Amino acid sequence: MNKEEILTHLPYSKPFLFVDELLSIDENGSVGTYTYDKNLDFYKGHFKDNPVTPGVILTETMAQIGLVCLGIFLTATTSSGLPGHVMLTSTAIDFMKPVFPGEKVTVTTEKVYFRFKKLHCKVQMTNAAGDVVCKGTISGMVTNKMNAE
Amino acid sequence: MDRSVLLSKLKVIVANYSHDKDALEYFNESTDFIKDLKINSANLVDVVLDVEEEFDIEIDNLSMERMVNVSAAMEIISDKLKEK
Repeated sequence: MNKEEILTHLPYSKPFLFVDELLSIDENGSVGTYTYDKNLDFYKGHFKDNPVTPGVILTETMAQIGLVCLGIFLTATTSSGLPGHVMLTSTAIDFMKPVFPGEKVTVTTEKVYFRFKKLHCKVQMTNAAGDVVCKGTISGMVTNKMNAE
Repeated sequence: MDRSVLLSKLKVIVANYSHDKDALEYFNESTDFIKDLKINSANLVDVVLDVEEEFDIEIDNLSMERMVNVSAAMEIISDKLKEK
């Protein structure tokens, strides 16, 4: 499955799609970019008159580019060939710098392991200047059902 | 390996992922990882990966699916150790 096909399998749409482009993907990891639209609704309240991208949104962006795109790629290349869904199960992220409206970020993921349907990744986000804005680990379980309990 | 040694080694591993301290205190061969210890499916994978490392064995997919309680885990670990 190529980069463009993976994007069509993402189960998100605006305003909750946080992947613009996949720069590379293989069995060991992925690299992708996203530019935060200044008009995203949460900037109105986070913070009042002082918009900064929430940490949960940065985490979500890393999960979509890292965990979900990589999970789709990895399951599509297995014997069944069916791209699975990735259910987020844990995150541990450190935040270093703020990300403001309109900023473009690049997420780089490195697979630590993918075993027994659990995908565990090291993730890192950098800004346009190349500074690390946040990094950590994210994991998820690959399922066939979108709303599995 | 002696069953009590195996049980105590397993308890050390499981303690990192258990969300029920009381159930952990009464950890025994009939303890269920999911029902008693409230371990989720993602952390159950971590338990199995830690078991592989601790006992230097490899757990296959079929064994993984069976490994939902302590007695099944002990049986699988014992069998794998014998194969070595």
